[in-house]
Formats: sequence, structure tokens, C-alpha cells
Amino acid sequence: MNTESRMNPDTSRAPVSQKPQVIHPHSNEGDVGALVRVNIDGQEIKVPLGTTILEAAKRLGIHIPTLCHHADLCSAGLCRICVVEVEGMRTLQASCAYPISSPMTILTHTRKVRSARRHVVDLLLSEHVGECYTCFRNNNCELQSLSKEMGVTHFRFGQRTEHHHKPDNSSYSVVRDMDKCVLCRRCVRTCIDLQEVGVLEACHRGSETAIETFHDKPLGEVVCINCGQCINRCPTGALRANDPTEQIWHLIDDSTKHVVIQTAPAPRAAIGECFGCAPGTPLTFEMNTALRLCGFDKAFDTNFTADLTIIEEGTELLLRLHRALVQGDKEAALPQFTSCSPGWVKYLEHFYPEYIPNLSSAKSPQQMFGAVIKTYYAQLHGIDPKDIVTVALMPCSAKKYECNRPEMVDSGHKDVDFGLTTRELAQMFQEAGIDLPNLPKSEFDDPFGTATGSGVIFGATGGVMEAALRTVIEVVCGIQVENLFDHADIIPLRGFDGIRYVELPIRDVGPVIPMFKPLVDSWSWLKGATLKVAVAHGTANAKKVMEDIKAGGRLSECHFIEFMGCPGGCIGGGGQPIPTSPEIRAARAKAIYAEDSSYKVRKSHENPAVLELYTKFLTDGPCGHLSHKLLHTHYQARGRFIA
Amino acid sequence: MLVLEREGLGRLIRELCDRHGRSRPALLPILQELQETQGWISDYAMQAVARHLDIHPVEVYSVITFYAFLNSEKKGRFVIRLCRTISCDMRDKDRVARQLEQELGVKFGQTTADGRFTLEWSNCMGMCDQGPALMVNKQIFTQISPERAHEIIESCRRIYALYPERSEDTALEAAGAVQVLAGPLALEARS
Amino acid sequence: MSSKNHPSILFRESQPDEGLKKAVGLKRVDVISMVRESGLRGRGGAGFPTGVKWNFAALAQDETKYVVCNADEGEPGTFKDRVLLTERTDLVLEGMTIAGRTIGAKEGIIYLRGEYDYLRRHLEAVIARREQANLLGDDILGTAGFSFRIHVHMGAGAYVCGEETALIESMEGHRGEPRNRPPFPVNTGYMGHPTVVNNVETFALAARVVALGAETFAKVGLASSTGTKLFSVSGDCTRPGVYELPMGLTIEELLREVGGEDAKAVQVGGASGTCVPHKAFTRRLAFDDASTGGSIIVFGPQRDMLRVARNFMEFFDEESCGQCTPCRRGNRVLLEGIEKLEQGVCTLTYLSELKALGESMQLASKCGLGQSSPNAFLSIVEHFKDEILARQTA
Ligand SMILES: Cc1cc2nc3c(=O)[nH]c(=O)nc-3n(C[C@H](O)[C@H](O)[C@H](O)COP(=O)(O)O)c2cc1C
Ligand code: SF4
Ligand code: SF4
Ligand code: SF4
Ligand code: SF4
Ligand code: FES
Ligand code: FES
Repeated sequence: MNTESRMNPDTSRAPVSQKPQVIHPHSNEGDVGALVRVNIDGQEIKVPLGTTILEAAKRLGIHIPTLCHHADLCSAGLCRICVVEVEGMRTLQASCAYPISSPMTILTHTRKVRSARRHVVDLLLSEHVGECYTCFRNNNCELQSLSKEMGVTHFRFGQRTEHHHKPDNSSYSVVRDMDKCVLCRRCVRTCIDLQEVGVLEACHRGSETAIETFHDKPLGEVVCINCGQCINRCPTGALRANDPTEQIWHLIDDSTKHVVIQTAPAPRAAIGECFGCAPGTPLTFEMNTALRLCGFDKAFDTNFTADLTIIEEGTELLLRLHRALVQGDKEAALPQFTSCSPGWVKYLEHFYPEYIPNLSSAKSPQQMFGAVIKTYYAQLHGIDPKDIVTVALMPCSAKKYECNRPEMVDSGHKDVDFGLTTRELAQMFQEAGIDLPNLPKSEFDDPFGTATGSGVIFGATGGVMEAALRTVIEVVCGIQVENLFDHADIIPLRGFDGIRYVELPIRDVGPVIPMFKPLVDSWSWLKGATLKVAVAHGTANAKKVMEDIKAGGRLSECHFIEFMGCPGGCIGGGGQPIPTSPEIRAARAKAIYAEDSSYKVRKSHENPAVLELYTKFLTDGPCGHLSHKLLHTHYQARGRFIA
Repeated sequence: MLVLEREGLGRLIRELCDRHGRSRPALLPILQELQETQGWISDYAMQAVARHLDIHPVEVYSVITFYAFLNSEKKGRFVIRLCRTISCDMRDKDRVARQLEQELGVKFGQTTADGRFTLEWSNCMGMCDQGPALMVNKQIFTQISPERAHEIIESCRRIYALYPERSEDTALEAAGAVQVLAGPLALEARS
Repeated sequence: MSSKNHPSILFRESQPDEGLKKAVGLKRVDVISMVRESGLRGRGGAGFPTGVKWNFAALAQDETKYVVCNADEGEPGTFKDRVLLTERTDLVLEGMTIAGRTIGAKEGIIYLRGEYDYLRRHLEAVIARREQANLLGDDILGTAGFSFRIHVHMGAGAYVCGEETALIESMEGHRGEPRNRPPFPVNTGYMGHPTVVNNVETFALAARVVALGAETFAKVGLASSTGTKLFSVSGDCTRPGVYELPMGLTIEELLREVGGEDAKAVQVGGASGTCVPHKAFTRRLAFDDASTGGSIIVFGPQRDMLRVARNFMEFFDEESCGQCTPCRRGNRVLLEGIEKLEQGVCTLTYLSELKALGESMQLASKCGLGQSSPNAFLSIVEHFKDEILARQTA
């Protein structure tokens, strides 16, 4: 299926020990074509050369426990929980890292195997500060389940109770508690291979080995982009998001506060997983009910500002194109980059600060919403903005950082007070005894209640670009998207390929709709042009795009590029339910696209609430004066030097 | 760090990278030369190397912490490593250890207040037939008695007077203060 | 260092570069057959047949191949490679050059442990001299197309880098963490190319095999452990040092050579080897019996064996690469167990838990380090149970 985020062995920087290994098979008698015969626990199966023992066992329905293995990552073979006995071999072999290249007979639960696995768990527990009661992974912890699975009844080699490390709380997004680390290095492989950020590594050696940042500095001081992908792949409570639920409860209980929540599209497709639903079970409208039950005063749909983002960002793009094509301005900073993923934004600020001019100055939907609530909404309802608390339900840990950026106070207040992850909201529901999946449905609150399908698909990689193209095609070409793409589904932008590229020739242009009248007289200067766009997700792919642009490759000719910090886009965000895998992300994406199709209005520029905002509040139009003040921002060249 | 110092270090690192190449296998040779000439590898140096090799600084740090002879913390001008593995242990390395501690006024794992000496343990250095063995920076000394430990430290002090800055380790030899062991005793002599 | 009763292979008088000169006149397959027939097995510890290894690498399809000389010699009590590199430098380089020609490699690398930094200049001088003498470089000995160069790569203080895949990781600029196998270095080694990794002594012996012929070599020693072996002897004996002796001598015989007759135990194979008590001194020093990469440590009657065990465990606790659970954590748990024993507060139940743990470590660890680190502890506990339990107050 989709191999989107599985790293490419050729470009990965992982040490060879952790790469998928290349097998140069010698021809063996038992080989049939490229298939090898293996016998596992008495069952025969033929598998392609190079299949791991773990994979072969899975095909036979034989369960082998794993810990350091992860579907998104290259194999490491280091926790040794998955060992099996191979006939003719003196030692046990790690099934996750053993590629089958000749016929073999394997036993998966002999005395030796069971004893070794038990010992692995015993050893891990002996250095683990086990505080399951107070741990956010209680009941969803791989170490816990392994102990159960292995039948651990006592701490054979003792249990650590004293703390050796202080939790690192320096980051707005990610908290590291190394007393709970089992050294599986999934976070290391995530950060270096999958994300190419390179914040975490195994350091020191022997029993001193530990996962550290550069010179063991606090996470808030290194180049971490807050994507939280490491959290999603950590098997234990060693990594978690910075959790604001206590403060939010407190504010909900405070009757002088008006607590509103905006909910992004991706959490709805995933929150059910925390309640035992299958991945991709949409609970959008049940969630609205639950939020009100919880005590939130209003439940808004972030899709509203997603549509707004499309208008602002799309306008900005058209203005840049105008500068470049009509005024011949070489400084027009094309391609324009999307700026709605705060992980990606920080990545660019650290690693490609010279490209900051290319970033769209439009804020992310989260931050636009915050600014609109504390201005427009406050005016409309006559509430003092200082009494409004804006919470943002996001699939993302980087959003916690984004809302704390010092410049995000354009409403005169902190625009968004809290970023709350899908996992944390599920926890709040559970605490309140709310049985989410079985609640009645209810609608979002007005005046931002009307959303479009375009806003929804922001949640999946390619969605922003699809939404933008839907609008650009109609606004500029004056035709229905449906004339070009069935059901307005721009299929080439969908899926999980790391980088996707699409060209759209503008054969004809239409009249300028009223919203854009203040900006341009006609679109004729775009006639005959070909709009070139690209999509990338996961910062490792972003890096490839940036390197191509730097080298003057094909992507440097793009006009607009969508970047998402996380593999799969927001549905794979660092605040989403754990676990994650390509299959789980695909199921969530499916739910998102299904919700899109279910909407009557599917194009941002047709969102009546957005149009109303421009007529009533942002009266000088998209990219106008007020929108610049409230809906646009600036960035900071951070560079990668760690002081 | 002073800007000038930083510039000098930056130049040195560029030169090292030019000489050893900018691929990953060049990492250890580059770090080894930095270690040898600077006595340690600073945060700035780690990041400069990472930049040249196009790898992440944390990878450089991770590699440095793995190897006993590379360090990301400043150590003394002379790093004295006494072998504590079995054969040297059986030859009374503990007496030598006590002598060193007294002489320097620090415990193992510590650096003297004047920054001249760091005292450390080391594992077997392949001189087991001539133990106890110790290393001063990259130089190996064997058959160490407490008296000889004292002499070695005295020699280091004399070298320090001549070469307070760390430079090529050959300073140890050049100073003529320490009798340098050219290698193990000749085979013939011991058959 | 060879005794009068036992003729030397490595240190006997011989024509310089006899083996290499012979090898350039032979077909590559013939060199492989010769090494195979000599029965030469790797001297680094594992004892893998050298001819078989060379054959795998020779068969591997790749333009680029490497020959790596493992001079990381870090096993406690081992120092024979240091002596070879000092005294028989040419022979080692000759062996590498023969291996290069045999497998089709143009580049050889000596991975020299950081502690032996003082040898580096010497090695590089000999390499330079051999280049001048056309024994290295292009068209070696006038043989068109036979190119081979050698350079020295310094280790930086890590015992585990002696493990061949860790060594390759280290040469590639990474932490010295052993790789998953398969694939093996002969297929996918340094920079992804087929790589032969052999011990210093193995190369030297291979050169002698080609010079003297397989038969002369195979006549020495036992049928399954042919030739001579260098032993590094230290500890409680009157004549410590390096000895070249035929494979298959008994421990008793060796102790007589080195003046260690009153030993109560001998550690064969260093920290990762086993402790052989007095009553088993008739065991033979050979691959299929008491096997060693060269380390022989003699313990006199007064030695405290628990202190020995603790010393070894401390070594592994520090030198483990820290990658896999059984070794990273297991060594520490065993070490803490030994401390309990020393204090006399270890119950017999806990002692048997520790033994079971040691067995799991031997089976489930990722590389030879963790697979052998419990050996010393297990054998000492087995053979010196009374001595150890005498301390127990519980
Ligand atoms: C922890 C560990 C350390 C090792 N150290 C060395 C060493 O220092 N020198 C060596 O030649 N082989 C060492 N080996 C064995 C090597 O992995 C490898 O088997 C050997 O270099 C192959 O050469 P040979 O076939 O000539 O013995 C070590 C193995 C392990 C597991
Ligand atoms: S990480 Fe898992 S085992 Fe550890 S305290 Fe948390 S829930 Fe318990
Ligand atoms: S949040 Fe992202 S960038 Fe930061 S350490 Fe985790 S994976 Fe790396
Ligand atoms: S922090 Fe989590 S993912 Fe990283 S090594 Fe520790 S347990 Fe594994
Ligand atoms: S056995 Fe020890 S040295 Fe080997 S890979 Fe595991 S932790 Fe590293
Ligand atoms: S899951 Fe296979 S070694 Fe960890
Ligand atoms: S034991 Fe000290 S040098 Fe080997």
C-alpha cells in the first residue's frame, strides 16, 4: 500500500545497522523463483527473499511480540523481545531484523525463547521508574502490555523507584521524561530518518546509554520543530505532549470566563480510536455534543478559518504572481509556501531561513480563528475579549508552540490561549464520563458554523492545495472545478507519495468576482499560463523539495507548494491517538475525504460565513489592511546554530 | 568563546574537512585531530563539523560520547588514564591509583583545579604483561610503580612549564622530560 | 618467544615477501584452495575458516571490495597483535596484500586501536617503504593490474569496535554499534561493499601459508585447529609475554612454558572467555576445546575469584555498546549481583536467577560481546562456588 513515510534506504542517514538490509541472495536449492520456503511452528509458507521472520510469521497469523520495531521505521533489532529460535543456529535471532534468504525452520515459543523474552522485560522493568497510575500512557503502553503478555508477576531484578532525570519541560510542545525510556530508539529513528530534523540520538554507551539532545540541552533550546512525531512512536510515557487540560478545566469552571473551542478537521477522524472505534470512524457531530457536555461555551469549526486561509493565502499567491508576471518583479518570492503547519514553519526558520520570504504571510487557521474570535466575535456578542478563552483542538503538538509565539497577539490579547491535542480532549471526555461514540449528534455553533468540504480536507496531505486549486480554478478560470475533475476531487493531489507535483494550464480566464475587485481589474495576464504546484509531507520530504529548489530543479519553477510537517499531514499529527501506522493514517484520510464529499458547499470562496466576514468586518477585502493586521504574521530567521 | 578564537577554530575545521573529505567516514579522523590539537571538542566545533559534513550536530555529539578518547567537555592539559583491567589489577594498580590521587589531589574522574590534570580509569590497553599501565594523553607507560607515577607527574609539570598549551602530543617527547616507551620490549630479549 | 621445543611459523627466518611473490604467480582460486587446505581459522576469536571467508568475498559481485585488518585488540589480556605489528609488520601487510589480490580488493585498511597510536607512525613508514619497493601501489611486483593500497584508520577507544560489524560502523563514522546480520560483511561490508575482516595474526599466518604451503602449516597442531597460535600470557606467572605455540597444547603444558605451574585457575580467551579451574588443566587450547583469541590470564592460589568476576563485569558494563537490552542492562544487573555476593548478601535463589539471566544474555544478545560477557561470571560461579558462598552470611 502506501509506503509514504517508510524511509528510503538510499537517502536515509541511519547507520547501516538500522537500515533495511540489502540481501544479495546466493541461489539455494530450496528457492523457487524469488520465493523461499520457511517453516514456522510447524506451518509452512513461501515468502519473497528478504522477508523478515516477523513478517512471515504475521502472514501465518503467528504473533511475535515487538518493541523497537515500528511500521514507519527502519528495523533496528535492538530490544531483543522478538527473538525466535532458528534451527541450526546457536543463538536466538531477532525476527524483526532477520531477512529470510534460505529455507529455514523457526520456532517462536520454545523454553529458550520464552525465558529470553521474560528476561528482556525483567531487565527493562529493573531500570524503569514504573508509575503507571500517574503515567499518561497508562493502559496504552507497550511496556505495560509486554509485561502482561510475558506474565511478569514480580520484579525479578528489582524496580527503580528513585528518579534519575528531571522531566524536561522546557518545550511548549514535548515533554521528555527519560526515567520511562526503554531505549528502543524509535524516537531517534523518527526524528533523524522520518523527519530529518535530527534532535535526538543515543548517546554514551554501556549501561550509561541514554537518549539525548545536542549536548543534552533542554528540548526548548535545540532545533526541535515540535512535530511530536517522536511522541506518536514512543512505546512508553517517556515522551508526551505538554498537557494544558488542568488549566482548561479550571477556566471552564470559572463562570466569569467564556471558553470557546475551535476544532480542526483531523481530530474528528481519529478521536474515536481513544474510545475503541476503528481508525477512520468520523465523530464530528458527536464531538460537538460532547464539547458542550464538557462545559465549553461554544464549539466552532476551524474549517471556517481554513476557508479564510484559502482566500487570504490564495489572494497573496495571485498578488505574487501578478508582481512576477506583470511587473516582472524578480523579488516576488515564488514559489509561495504554505504556512499553516507550525512544525514546517519552524523547520524552515531553522534550516532554510533564507526562504522566509517565500512563506505565505497568512496565519494558520488556528491563529486566524483566535484573532477573529477575540475581535469580531467579541464585538458581535459584546464580550470583553479578556474574558474569552480560546482553546484549539488540534491533531498537533506544534500548535501548542505556535499559539505561544510572542507575535501571536494581534487581537490585543493572546489570540489562542491553548492548543489541545486529540489525545488530551479524549482524556477530558473520559474524565467527564462522556461516552463519545454513543452521543447524539449536534451542529457547530454560529456564526462560524458553516463549513465547506475544502476546509475539511486541510486535515490530509494535499488538502490545502486541493482546496486552493478549487478556488483558483473557479475564481480565475471562471469555470466549475467539476468540469475539470469529477466531483471536484483533484485526485492527483491525493495519496501518500512523499512529493506530488501537478500542472494546471490556465486556458481561459473569467471575470473578476466582487471580492477581488479591489485588487485586480482582470485575470487576462494569467491566460495561457500554467500553474505549477507541489505537495510534500513530513519534513524529510520537505527537505528534498527545498534542496531541489536550491539546486534550481523542477520544483523551483513551482508557483505554490504545500508543506506539512507531519507524515500524512494533520491526520498523522503529533497530537493524534497512539499508535500510528500507514494503515491507520490511510483510514483517517478516508474519513476526511468522505466528510468532504458529504458537504453541499465544497469550495472556500463559496462559504457564506466567510463572505459575510468580508462584508461586515474585513471590509477592505482579502489581504487588505485589517486582514493584514489580524490574519497575517511574520517569521523569525532562527538558523540552526545551538547556543 | 571569543570571536577571534572561534574564527581560528572555524578555519582549522574547514581545513580538516578539506583534508579528510566531507563524507561521513571522515568524521572520526576529523574529530580525532580536533581532540588532539584542542584537547576537547566544543559545542561550536561539533556544530561546525556537522555543518561541513551535512549531518546533524546531535549525531556528532552522539559519536563523541561513544568513544573514550573523544570528549565534549574540557579536560586537563594532561589526561592520565590508569588501566584498571584484570592483569593490571593483579599487579597492584590500586597502589598506583592512590599515589596518583594523592599527588594530584583529585579523585578518579576529576580534573585538578588548575586545569592541568584529569585523572581517569581506562580499560585494558594491551600492555598486560608489563602492567600496571597508564596513558598520558596518547602516550603509554608501563610497569608503573608509585615512584614512577610520581616521576611521570613531575615530568608533566615540567612539560607544562614549556608547553602550557596543548599541541601535538609529540611535545611530550620533544621536551625530553619523559622517557618515551617506543613499544613493547623486544621479543628476543624475553624468549 | 617460541620455545625450542616448538618450531615457529611466524618468527622463523624466511625470505622477505616469499608468500606474496608466490601468490602473484598463482591463480586466485588456487590461493583460496591453499588457505582452505591449510585449515587456517581466524585468530580473532571466532575461528571462522579463513579460506571460506575469502572465497565468499571473492565470489561477491562488486567492483569495489575491501580488506580490513582488525587491529583493535581490546580483549583484556591480549597483546599479541601489538607484538606482531611491531616485529612482523611486513608479514601482516604481505598477508593483507595477498588477501587483496585473492578477493579482488584494491584497498586495505588497518583499524588500529587508539591505545596503539604510537604504532601508527611505524606502520605508515613501513607502508611507505613497501610502496617504494613496489610491494604496494600499482602493478605490484610487476604484475599488470594488481593494485593494492593500505592505510591506517585509528580507533578512538571502544572495545566493541573489535566486533567486525561495529568496526565497519566505526570506520563509516558512526558509533561502534554492531549491525544486524545477515547480511555479513563479506557481502555488505564497508560502505556497502564486500569486505573481508581478519585479525592481524590471521593475515600474517595466511602469508606464511602461501609461502610454506598448506601442508607444512596443516601438519602443526590438531586436525581441526591447525598451525601455531600466538598466546599473550599475563597474570600470576614468572614469564609473562607473547608465545607462539602449536594449537592443541594443554593448559598444563602452556603453564609450564610460562612459569605458572601453581595456578589455581586460568582465564582462557580474556574477559569474554571462560575460567578454567585447576582440575581441568588438561583441556586443550584449540578451537573446539578451550578456545582463545590469544588471551591467557593466570590466577595464582591466593587470587580472589569474585574480584576477578567483578573486574570483568565492570569491563563489560562500560564497554557494551548499549544497544540491546540483554547486554546493556544485563551486565549491570550481573555486576550488582556480584557486589551482593561480595557483601555476602546474595541468596541462593537470586544467584540462580542471575545464572538464568546470564544464559539468556548468551542466547539473545545481538553480538558476540553480550553473548559472551556472562561467560566469566558463569564459569567462576560454577567452579568456585565454595569459595564464593563462604562469604555468604545469609
Ligand atoms: C566484542 C568483540 C570484540 C572483538 N574484538 C576483536 C579484536 O580486537 N580483534 C580481532 O581480530 N577480532 C575481534 N573480534 C572478532 C571479530 O568480530 C572478527 O570475528 C574477527 O576480526 C575476524 O577475523 P578472523 O576471522 O581473522 O578471526 C571481536 C569480536 C567481538 C564480538
Ligand atoms: S511508561 Fe508504561 S510501564 Fe512505564 S509508568 Fe508509564 S504506563 Fe507504566
Ligand atoms: S518533536 Fe519532532 S523535531 Fe522535536 S524531537 Fe520529536 S520528532 Fe524531533
Ligand atoms: S524516548 Fe520513547 S521512543 Fe525514544 S527511545 Fe525512549 S522509549 Fe523509545
Ligand atoms: S550485545 Fe552488547 S555490544 Fe553487542 S550489540 Fe548488544 S549491547 Fe551492543
Ligand atoms: S522488535 Fe525485534 S529486536 Fe526489537
Ligand atoms: S590489563 Fe592493563 S593493559 Fe591489559
